[in-house]
Formats: sequence, C-alpha cells, structure tokens
Amino acid sequence: MPAESRRVDVRKTYKLFIGGSFPRSESGRTYVVEDAKGRFVANAALASRKDARDAVVAARKAFGGWAGRTPYNRGQVVYRVAEMLEGRRAQLADEVARGEGIAGKRADEAVSAAVDRLVWYAGWADKVAQVVGTSNPVAGPYFDFTLPEPTGVVAVVAPQDSSLLGLVDVVAPAIVTGNTVVVLAAESRPVPAVILGEVLATSDVPAGVVNVLTGKVAEVAPWLASHMDVNALDLAGVEEPAVARDLEVAAADNLKRVLRPRAESWDDVPDISRMLWALETKTVWHPIGV
Amino acid sequence: MTTVSSSAAGVDEATRSPSTLRRFLHGLPGVDQVGAEARATGLATRSIKTTAKEWALDLAVRMIDLTTLEGQDTPGKVRALCAKGMRPDPSDGTCPAVAAICVYSDMVPVAKEALARSGVKVASVATAFPSGRAALDVKLADTHGAVEAGADEIDMVIDRGAFLAGDYQRVHDEIVAVRQACGDRAHLKVILESGELVTYDNVRRASWLAMLAGADFIKTSTGKISPAATLPVTLVMLEAVRDFRDTTGRQVGVKPAGGIRTSKEALRHLILVNETVGDDWLSPDWFRIGASSLLNDLLMQRAKMATGRYAGPDYFTLD
Amino acid sequence: MGFEYAPAPESRAVVDLRSSYGLFVDGEFTDATDGRTFKSVSPATEEVLAEVTEAGPGDVDRAVRAARRAYNKVWSRMPGAERAKYLFRIARIVAERSRELAVLESLDNGKPIRESRDVDLPQVAAHFFYYAGWADKLQYAGLGQDPLPVGVAGQIIPWNFPLLMLAWKIAPALACGNTVVLKPAETTPLTALAFAEICQQADLPAGVVNIVTGAGETGRALVEHDDVDKIAFTGSTEVGKAIARTVAGTRKRTTLELGGKAANVVFDDAPLDQAVEGIVNGIFFNQGHVCCAGSRLLVQESVYDEVLARLKRRMQTLRVGDPLDKNTDVGAINSAEQLARIRELSDVGEREGAERWSPACQLPDRGYWFPPTVFTGVSQAHRIAREEIFGPVLSVLTFRTPAEAVEKANNTPYGLSAGVWAEKGSRILWMADRLRAGVVWANTFNKFDPTSPFGGYKESGYGREGGRHGLEAYLAR
Repeated sequence: MPAESRRVDVRKTYKLFIGGSFPRSESGRTYVVEDAKGRFVANAALASRKDARDAVVAARKAFGGWAGRTPYNRGQVVYRVAEMLEGRRAQLADEVARGEGIAGKRADEAVSAAVDRLVWYAGWADKVAQVVGTSNPVAGPYFDFTLPEPTGVVAVVAPQDSSLLGLVDVVAPAIVTGNTVVVLAAESRPVPAVILGEVLATSDVPAGVVNVLTGKVAEVAPWLASHMDVNALDLAGVEEPAVARDLEVAAADNLKRVLRPRAESWDDVPDISRMLWALETKTVWHPIGV
Repeated sequence: MTTVSSSAAGVDEATRSPSTLRRFLHGLPGVDQVGAEARATGLATRSIKTTAKEWALDLAVRMIDLTTLEGQDTPGKVRALCAKGMRPDPSDGTCPAVAAICVYSDMVPVAKEALARSGVKVASVATAFPSGRAALDVKLADTHGAVEAGADEIDMVIDRGAFLAGDYQRVHDEIVAVRQACGDRAHLKVILESGELVTYDNVRRASWLAMLAGADFIKTSTGKISPAATLPVTLVMLEAVRDFRDTTGRQVGVKPAGGIRTSKEALRHLILVNETVGDDWLSPDWFRIGASSLLNDLLMQRAKMATGRYAGPDYFTLD
Repeated sequence: MGFEYAPAPESRAVVDLRSSYGLFVDGEFTDATDGRTFKSVSPATEEVLAEVTEAGPGDVDRAVRAARRAYNKVWSRMPGAERAKYLFRIARIVAERSRELAVLESLDNGKPIRESRDVDLPQVAAHFFYYAGWADKLQYAGLGQDPLPVGVAGQIIPWNFPLLMLAWKIAPALACGNTVVLKPAETTPLTALAFAEICQQADLPAGVVNIVTGAGETGRALVEHDDVDKIAFTGSTEVGKAIARTVAGTRKRTTLELGGKAANVVFDDAPLDQAVEGIVNGIFFNQGHVCCAGSRLLVQESVYDEVLARLKRRMQTLRVGDPLDKNTDVGAINSAEQLARIRELSDVGEREGAERWSPACQLPDRGYWFPPTVFTGVSQAHRIAREEIFGPVLSVLTFRTPAEAVEKANNTPYGLSAGVWAEKGSRILWMADRLRAGVVWANTFNKFDPTSPFGGYKESGYGREGGRHGLEAYLAR
C-alpha cells in the first residue's frame, strides 16, 4: 500500500495520574519514551517537583478514607484491579515487550505474574493483622493487644527493569495494607505504569490512593524524599548507591521509614516483608475490671 | 470548689423523684476498678516511721469501734469488752480509750451502764442487722429500742436487695426514716455492705445515696460478709465524702469495718485518709475503724515503739 | 497535730560504690586508651559518685572487635537453649541484687526509690526473663523458619530509665544471638557498670556484652563503626535523625525510639478520680523524664473546671524531695543541663501567655529540682504544647468533640503514645483507632510490660521494643 493512503497511527501522550485525574505536568514538559531498540514509543509527561507535591497532597487527602475502609473492602478493591488488568493483558504485554525488549512470551508471563500478584496481595488485606498482630499477656489486669496500621503516604521509586511486575510488587503491598502511594514510574519504561493508572482510574480504587508520576529519578525523587508529609520511602528503583544514600539522608528529616534498594527478582513469589515495612505497630492497653 | 459534675442545685434535685435520684446516682463519675486498686496499693507503700508512727498508732486506737456482734454475746462478754475499751492497756496509763463499743441493740443497756461517763460511746447495730431483711416497722422499732436504751450511735444496714434491684428510692426513704428515728440523740452510720454491692460504682452510688438521705457516717461492711473493708473500698468512700462536702458543705464520716486486724492495715487506712481527704477527717469524729482483734495488735506495736523489743500476746488482755 | 511522714530513707549501705570505673570490654574492666575520665554526680545532692572512663574511638573499636569475636566464635553458634540459660541467670541475679541496683539507680539518676524499686527493677528482671524464654523458640516468632541474628549491635541508651533501657536493648539482642556494645548515658552510667559485673557473675562469655561509657562522641564512634551491623538508639529525635543520616547507604539496620508529646485525652464521662491519677502518673512519673509522658492534657470543656480542681488538689499531695526517701513521689531533675531546658521552656510558656501553677513545695537547696507544674490556657500554637519538655510540666488544652480531640492529639510531628479516659467502650476503641501513636493507654497510662510492644509513629522513631515484635530488630529474615 502506498504510504500516502496508509492509516496514520494516533499516537498517545502519556500523562500523569494524580488524585484520580490525568493532568499534564504543570511544567508543560514531556520526554520521549523509546523502546528497547531506541525507537520512538510515545511522549510521556516529565514530572516536576510541583507535580510531586500535588501527588503527595492527593495521596494525603485519600489516606484517611482508604485506611478507614474495612480490610475486606480493600481486598475486594485490589482484586477488582486484578480483574481489570486481566482484561488488558494483550495491550500490557505489548508494552512490556516493547519497553523491556523481551520476547512476547516472557512479556506475557510478566503480565500474568503481575495479575496473579495482585490477586495474592488482595487476599492479604484481611489477614496481615492476624499474622502480625498479637494479644500481649501482660503481668497485670489489662487487656493488651497490638495491631498493624498503615504508615500513611508512601513514596516509591519503582523498579527500572521490571516495568509492570516490579511496579505491582511495590505498589500492591503498600495499598492493600491501607497506605496511599506516590510512585515514580520506571524512568525509561513508564508506559505500563501509566496504563496501570488508567486501569486504576476505571476500577474501584479511590482517587489519590495511587498516584503515578513519570519523569527523572534525579529530578523528582529528592523532592519526595525530603517531603515532610511523606511517611515512607521505597528506593526499589534507585540504581546508583550514592543517589540512594542521598535520598535516605533526605528522608531522615522527618524520619521516614526507608526501604533500601536490594537485589530482588521480581519473578519470585514475594514474602510479606513488603507489606510490613510500611506498617506501623500500635499497642492498646485497657484495664480489665468490673 | 465544685468537684462533682452535679452542682449543689443538682443535689437538691436528686431526691425529688425515683427517676431524678436514679439519674443523679448514675451521673456520678464511674470508678475504674484497676485504677482505684492501683492507687490504694500505691499508697500502701508509704512508710510510717518513728514519731509519726507513735502518733498514728494512738490515733488508730482512739478511732476504734470495738465490736462484738455474735449470737453468743452475753452481758458478761459485753462488760469485759467495755472494760477493755476504756482501758485498753492497763499497764500503760498513756494509752487512750477507744471511740466506741459496738454491740447488738439488746446489749445497749449493758454497755451503757458499763461505760457510764467514760466518754466511750455506745454504738448499736440496728435495722435487722446484718441482712436488713425485715419490714420497715421492725427496723424502726429496732432503732427506737436502741436509742431509747441510750445508744449514742446507730449502725444501720441498707437494703442491698432494693439497691441491687435499682429501687434507690426505697433505700433512700428507709435511711431517712431511720435517721428520723435516731432524732438528735444518736448519730447514724449507714452500712453499705460493699461486699454485696460488688462494684466500686455501686459503692460510690450507695455512698451518695446514704449521704443524701442524711447519714452522719458511711460504713463499709457488717463484718459478716467477705470481702469487708478493703483499702480501695475505703478510698472510694473517702472520695465520696470529700466530693459531697465540696458540693453541699456538709461533712460526713467514714468507717471501714471488718477485716482490719493488724496495725499495718490500720495505718494504711489512715494514710488513705491523709492523702485523700486530709486533716479534716483525721479524728475519731470523722473516721472510725470497726474492729475487735485489731486493738491488741495496736497495743503490741505501741509497746514495741516504747520498749524497742517485740511484744508477745500473753502480755495483753483478751476480752 | 496533722499527719507528718517522718523521713524514711532507704539505706545507701547496700551499694558498694567504687571510686572509679573502667570500660567493660571483652569481659574485663579496662581503662581508656587515652586515659580520659568524667564524673557521675548525684543530681539530688551534686555529690560526685564515681569517676567513669570516657571511651574514645579506639576503645569503641576494641569493644566492637571483642563483640565480633564473641559473635563469630561463641554466641551466634551457641544453641538457643544455652543462650537462654545465661539470660535466665542474669534475670535471677538482677532480682537478687534488685535493692542494691534500685538504690544505685536512684542515686545516679535522681528518681524516687519507690519507682526504681517498684517499677524499674522488677521490669528489668522481667524483661530478661521474658526474652530468655524466646532464645530457643525463635523459629516460632513468625520471622522465618530459621531466623538468624544480625551480628554486632551498637546500642545507645538514655538517662531516664538507665537500667531498664539497658534491659530493653540487651535482652532481645542476646536472645536472638547477637552480641552488643552498649553505651549508657553520660549522666547515668553506674547501673550499666553494675550490670557488667552481673555479666561476670553469670559467667557470660567474654565479649558478648561490652559497655563503653562516654558522651555524644563515644556514641558517634559507635554509630559510625564499620563493623557494627545494627544500631539501636533511644533518645532525642534530633540525635535520632543524625543517626538515620549517618547510617544512610550502609548495611546497618536501625531502630530508633525517640521523643514524644503525648496527648492524654479526658472525656466528660471519664472515671475522674482514676483519670486524675492517670494524669499525675502520666506527667510526674519519673519527674516527667519519660519519652511517652502525657505532657499534653486534652480535657473536654464540659469537665475542664472539675478536672483542673481535682488535679491541683491531687498535685498538692505530691512529695518532692530526697529520691532515697521511700515516701518521695517526685525526685530530682537528672542534670543541670536538663533543668536549664525545663526552666527555659517553662519561662517561654509564661511569656507566651499561659498560666503557670505549682503546688507549694519546699525544694532542697542543693541539687537539681523543679516543682510539679501545670500550665493552663495553653493553645496548640504554644511552644510548651509542641516541644518535648522532658520534665514535670503539663500543658492543659481543651476540646469539644471526639473529632476535635483526635485532631489536636495528632497535630504533632511525634507519635509515641496517647491516653484516653472515658467510660464508653465504643468511643475508646474509636479513639484508639484514630490516634496516631504507637502506644494507646485507655483508662490507664505509663504501663509497660516485656510482652507489650513499645515504639513510635512519625518522628517518634521506628521499630518496636518488647514482645514478639521486639525480636524483629535483632533477627535477619
């Protein structure tokens, strides 16, 4: 077919996902996303510090309501995300394959694993308190129990290599336990993250529970690390040790809980540690008497 | 200082009807059992030494309502007890007399005669002691009889059944009637029988109920039910008389009775008085201890303080 | 005549104070490489109690090496059941020497003997006893089938509960198979050194517990040491942040138990007499030198007058004075420096317009003293409502509704503890759910137990001490 009569693609500019909406970066900037072979894929929003700020505000606003949901309900909502994702497997597999430069079959497996991971985490919502909570047999007439509670707003630098499965692996454990998340997508492979945002927007996840930024780690992460209204910082996708150290230093300003980068295979079924690090532990005492 | 949610006006309203009375009593601040017991236990670690201890032991003797309330009481037994109460330690002229001798109403004439002008009062239990299970006219006749026979103080029991059934008005009205029967000849002590009321909330409500009805003293127990006087029960009652005076201006006395057998326990009660209501209640006019065997233990402690060696029971009279 | 408690001093004779103490490294007391020392004084009298060795970086290094050797060769290899027996031994010796240790603690710290005797020491022994039992049961702690120790733990503790904080740190660390280098606070090193003797008495293998005395520089050397795997710190939020920055980018794991500005919330249906006891215990226990102290009293407006009247009356019965007198309720402020800080913030409170009240009480001429103090007319904007005073100073604020109480209680960067007083069960649970604090005491306050996890939210730190949760800090997954 001659070029002049071929249908021209409608190319998409991927936007941010903040507070349930899809704004462009307030800075008006975008950057070019290429595939593994260096070919143009799309333009993505290049988030600025003000976008990070807006995302934290949205996450904070959503926190009380989300943490206040029953765990059963949170489990249902996260399971619904898995259902929605299942319906977009093909699109996601294409994007994962393109971005990560892996074969279609492996991309398929990664998407399947991501969906399965969401199902796994969804089931944890109403069990984690039973696994890590305790009744404490104190030496006195007191009823004393200890429960996990979400820490609040969790900022995450998503894994750079595993653009969907790795992303799900850092976001799902944080939200299923009641936290809200600001996640900075894999810098050079942000498309699956934005698609996930689109899935979340049409699922039952309340606005602001997950906020997706696309852009540069070096530009955005320091603002999240030093933000005094962020409670925890997951450095999963920070590859430079010196950058990770600087972010951890900044996080000390308000004593954020920090998860350092560690060697991790996103393919393995995880343990529960990614749920626990962003959980606080509350102990309640009450006298027993008549 | 207003220290109870209900102001003095609220107190006046309280006795207007059964429902206002109920509302008032249930509007009193609750008592947390664990907290109250912890406070009493904490105060029990206070250490009383030397001169303070000498003073406190004598005060405890002066506060005793020396008691015999047995089916086997005889005039001889009561006379012996009166002798002991007037001169607890015949070998020691500095030893004070007790506050009162507490007996059943039929023994009042015997006690009155034996005590004569010693200053030691005669207290009589009344109102179908200890159960209180009798018709009101029987209770009033019992009271009248004791007062007529010369009792200075009447220790009545409340109707715990009515209290636990929620019929506060009935309990109140009975106390009012007995108070009238006492006239101005006898002081009225109202026994709550805390061991049957079970909760501190009930003890606090019963304390207020008795005070609203005109009690001169509120008393923990008959001594026939266990537990009788415990430190936390006394604490709750002391808080009640403190708050009642703050609200109404009228001071009411407190008498723990039953179960206080050692000097250590008696001193712990005095420490409670000192820390909760202070000096104003540290006199036999406002605080009594109903006891029998306690007296000899106090005497032995006095002897230890005086001589520096431990005393033996053979050196103190048993009556 | 009124009731006067005669002085009832606990005897000092049970304590055998040495004139000087060395560092405890590799099972022996040794001098500092550079021979530096400092003095530990009794805050109640300013009497010098003993001369104590100041550990420099070289000494800290020696201690860490000793801990590493003991870790590699002995302690991490020893079956849990055997480690347990050493800890049980320690628990027993602490109990047997508890009167002596209580007196020593009161001498060095200034806290009333009633508290060191009835709270600190029983809790110390209980803590060792509790964690001793865990040593051979770690596979049941829900932290993996075969949980391993972390390695060498550097532990830095404060001066407010010297021996109890030592127990909170050492007992779980040892139970899990770690070895430790512990630095006690520079104003209260003596019970830690007595504890070193207890380790010798228990025949604990050399190097498992090492005690390095000193101030901030000694602590810094410990935190910065390359061969320390884990830092456990209890102290100020400021130092906690500095530690978090120092360990950034290293393999060191950290637990921090820091400051607080706890709200103690009293509703109009509270059991008022017990609430008043709880308020008093919440802020005047241990002279208010308590990170979880209930330093912000939030009273429902409808009972404000009544609660204040009762509180002031109760405060008049507090006995301030000689820590060794068994009838003393409030002892000495731990140091001149701390006293200066309390005075400064109290003065600020007055300048900012809050009304200051203390009961009449005669303070001793020598030593560091501050009367129990309550500030009324305080708002959230006052510094005394925001900053940790760490002294016997209570700020009183009011609220109207449960939602307002929660909002005010949580309106702080801290999140260590909170109190709720109410008779309505559902409201207590509602409050407990919403208060952002690691420990919520409902109808009680300042209660501690070895089985009960303790630690903060937000800037009050991270990690838990006590209970099953307390093992997490000392086990590698």
